[in-house]
Amino acid sequence: MTDTAVNLTTKKDWSSDQEVRWCPGCGDYGILQAVQQLMPDLGVAPENTVFISGIGCSSRFPYYMNTYGIHSIHGRAPAIATGVAIARPDLDVWVITGDGDGLSIGGNHLIHALRRNVNLTILLFNNRIYGLTKGQFSPTSEVGKVTKSTPLGSIDPPFNPLSVALGAEASFVARTYDLDRKHMMETFRAAHDHRGAAFVEIFQNCNVFNDGQFSDIVRRQNRDENMIQLVHGEPIRFGADRQHGVTMGSDGQLRIVEVADVGEDAIVVHDAERDDPSLAFALARLSNNDHSPTPFGIFRSVARPEYAHAIAAQLAQSSQQKGPGDLGELLRSNGTWRVADTN
Amino acid sequence: MTDIQSEEGQEALLHRLVVRFSGDSGDGMQLTGDRFTSVSAAYGNDLSTFPDFPAEIRAPAGTVHGVSSFQVHISDHEITTPGDQPNVLVAMNPAALKADLGRLERGGTLIVNEDAFDERNLEKAGYATNPLQDGSVDQYRVITVPMTSLTKEATAPLGVKPRDAERSKNFFALGLVSWMYTRPTESTLEWIARRFAKDELIAGANREAFLAGYNFGETTEAVGHRYEVRPAQLPSGEYTSVTGNTALAWGIIAAGQLAKLPVTLGSYPITPASDILHELSKHKHFGVRTVQAEDEIAAIGMALGAAFAGHLGVTATSGPGVALKSETTSLAISVELPLLIIDIQRGGPSTGLPTKTEAADLNIAMYGRHSEAPLPIVAAYSPTHCFEAAIEAVRIALKYRTPVILLSDGFIANGSEPWRLPDVDTLPDISVPFAREFNGTDADGNDVFYSFQRDPDTLARPWAIPGTPKLMHRIGGLEKADVTGNISYDADNHQRMVNLRADKVARIADELPPTVVQGDADADVCVLGWGSTWAAIDGAVQRRRRAGNKVAWVHLTHLSPLPNDLGEILRRYQRIVVPELNMGQLSRIVRAEYLVDATPLTKMQGLPFTLIEIEDAIDIALKEVTQR
Repeated sequence: MTDTAVNLTTKKDWSSDQEVRWCPGCGDYGILQAVQQLMPDLGVAPENTVFISGIGCSSRFPYYMNTYGIHSIHGRAPAIATGVAIARPDLDVWVITGDGDGLSIGGNHLIHALRRNVNLTILLFNNRIYGLTKGQFSPTSEVGKVTKSTPLGSIDPPFNPLSVALGAEASFVARTYDLDRKHMMETFRAAHDHRGAAFVEIFQNCNVFNDGQFSDIVRRQNRDENMIQLVHGEPIRFGADRQHGVTMGSDGQLRIVEVADVGEDAIVVHDAERDDPSLAFALARLSNNDHSPTPFGIFRSVARPEYAHAIAAQLAQSSQQKGPGDLGELLRSNGTWRVADTN
Repeated sequence: MTDIQSEEGQEALLHRLVVRFSGDSGDGMQLTGDRFTSVSAAYGNDLSTFPDFPAEIRAPAGTVHGVSSFQVHISDHEITTPGDQPNVLVAMNPAALKADLGRLERGGTLIVNEDAFDERNLEKAGYATNPLQDGSVDQYRVITVPMTSLTKEATAPLGVKPRDAERSKNFFALGLVSWMYTRPTESTLEWIARRFAKDELIAGANREAFLAGYNFGETTEAVGHRYEVRPAQLPSGEYTSVTGNTALAWGIIAAGQLAKLPVTLGSYPITPASDILHELSKHKHFGVRTVQAEDEIAAIGMALGAAFAGHLGVTATSGPGVALKSETTSLAISVELPLLIIDIQRGGPSTGLPTKTEAADLNIAMYGRHSEAPLPIVAAYSPTHCFEAAIEAVRIALKYRTPVILLSDGFIANGSEPWRLPDVDTLPDISVPFAREFNGTDADGNDVFYSFQRDPDTLARPWAIPGTPKLMHRIGGLEKADVTGNISYDADNHQRMVNLRADKVARIADELPPTVVQGDADADVCVLGWGSTWAAIDGAVQRRRRAGNKVAWVHLTHLSPLPNDLGEILRRYQRIVVPELNMGQLSRIVRAEYLVDATPLTKMQGLPFTLIEIEDAIDIALKEVTQR
């Protein structure tokens, strides 16, 4: 594409002719809007873009994008997307998944795609519930959650998706939420521009089976007190007057403090680009519930060798050493002998 | 050894010879057998091999379940099997003797490493008394050789420590057998120098051990005189020796070239399929991408993703992996993308007998998916046929945009035979065009791309790959509307799509060549085979016909769809014998398809059929026919 500032496509070019069929009021609509609105700004072409999803409400997403796409199998999107990405490093490959799809049935593929650092932009819609199967608890549901399959409350401790991603050596990890199109677009853009596997957790409201799960954090009146916006290179502060901050004690523990009490210099400066993931990990675990201050934005963004690039490098190296493949030569590579014509 | 001819020279001629090298898992028997094979292949014999080894990498030394064997059949005429009974057994320890003595032909030659027959090893093998002294081996021609100590002596001047020297005793055995059966030595010596170039001491030890064994034969009267198996009169041409898995990997590379597509293999290590991953990983200069996936499901997922993106997607596995891949196979059937799924069958169910052969995955290949999910199945019948079978499977996958299962098994995967190299320029072009343009018009008169608008002949849908302008489309596991490919829950549409998917696979039969009936087409008894039973059936049918019986033989390479003329052919015969390394899977299919009275000959021992087993079954069928 061109590097001029003029967009060659519009939002309409990225929208398919298929009727969107999520429940009215679903958080997925906002995410779809954000992605469709962002795409023209990225300077890429619909024909060079692929959306791959698994199974679940969020996984209907590719049907609504006027790009190439696969609505695949429960949990397997990262594996199928890996195949696309290694075959065709020229493509932009997006993975759309959910908390059940990506962290339960497909957990293995997700962590290995992140480990390999395949050039994928992975959007995990986290609504802490199974929506498509009508309301069972998910691997991110809190302990005690009462659902159809857990009438006495869930006894399964949940995953923290960002901890999982960081533990799987992800080179890009971010969090955003379905109510803020601008925040989503900024986060998705950074994830898209990252070379390698980019993992974005989206707090997404399921208004039918788990309505208001994130309200204490993301509802407008709660944002000042409970949303912490991470900005690379800046002190981690929040509150209407940026009066709260995050410090790291000598025990390595992050704590929420009043800036006035500890002084500005004591506040941790966010560094998403440090090689050591321990700060990102600590930030990911700053809150263990949906009712207290929770960080958003880019937790980690570091450069690591990208997988398809490494494959291509080995192909090039092999071609350089052995020349182009010659079938006749291959069949003779074990050594041959001749049987003479007896006539 | 009944085939001996006297000659004026020092060597007596044999028409054929079956040698079984048998020892501990750590004794290097596979390597030894492999060398004997390579030398014999280069010498011009026809041959067939049967590596037979345990699943444990190093089972407790000296135990019977840790025995690893390599059987090789060489001849001066064309053969297909590794031989029912060895003429020569090389037993490196008591456990090997215990495991394999029963296979040795009566009066056969038994070569034993007597150093290994100490009290401890005898006990580990479960011998109460020494079988070399208690009459157990009296009916054989026994040659006892202190291989371990002679190897130590031979290598001591190089400064090799006794413990290291012991590891070279397999080369002593190889040297001795090479002398006995007049095998050329140069190529083995060259091979040792090359293979162990990095460690001079090991190279030297193996060389000295080999020469010591060879010279032992020459100087010791105990061994007697030499034999020779002259080169076979094979059709003229250039030959190499390959295992089935190597030929299959080369077939995939060839198919990629013939289709003008890069190959992407997703694979998870599993015995006995891993060698396909290993072999393909060596040939990246052909543009072959290989990924060792995190699991079997990811492996096929990656292959399917690559296929969507315009590559030849391949995954290779064995039975347990086929089970895990089932859901993605169904997706590939539903989205109608080309994909090659290779199943190197092994003993099952579950982990079963991972290193032993079996051909009991026909049912899972045919039916092992949810709902109605037919796909084409191609079966390789010999190590060298794997090359051609891979190309044929890929041809079908590409032309009809469908996953294809290619069946091989442990026997042909690890077995090797000489292969007259095909002229690569005569291999078929199997390329298919990608869709580039709109192919329809919508209700408003706009040009559009319909992702499920089918080719009227093949019923294949267009293959439009990402990067192609205008043809953006979404595919998925939900039922698709005929033509448009949009999601559809319409009742009639679902029926139509189920029918179309089945019809597409069925139509492949229309282009298959007429079924070949080998042997006597006008016989009363027909043997119906598939896969690796080919070798034993070939030998058995030949023997029965030489004995004056009429026998017909049909060997299937396409199991789905079955050839159009198969029913008509089978109905001509009064008896149909179906030898299978399963409990009668093909026989039930042909009974259901054609209402013919097919009699299964089954075997589930982790071993291929012997000629005798199939010959006996043919005999019974012949007798039943004449008694009627």
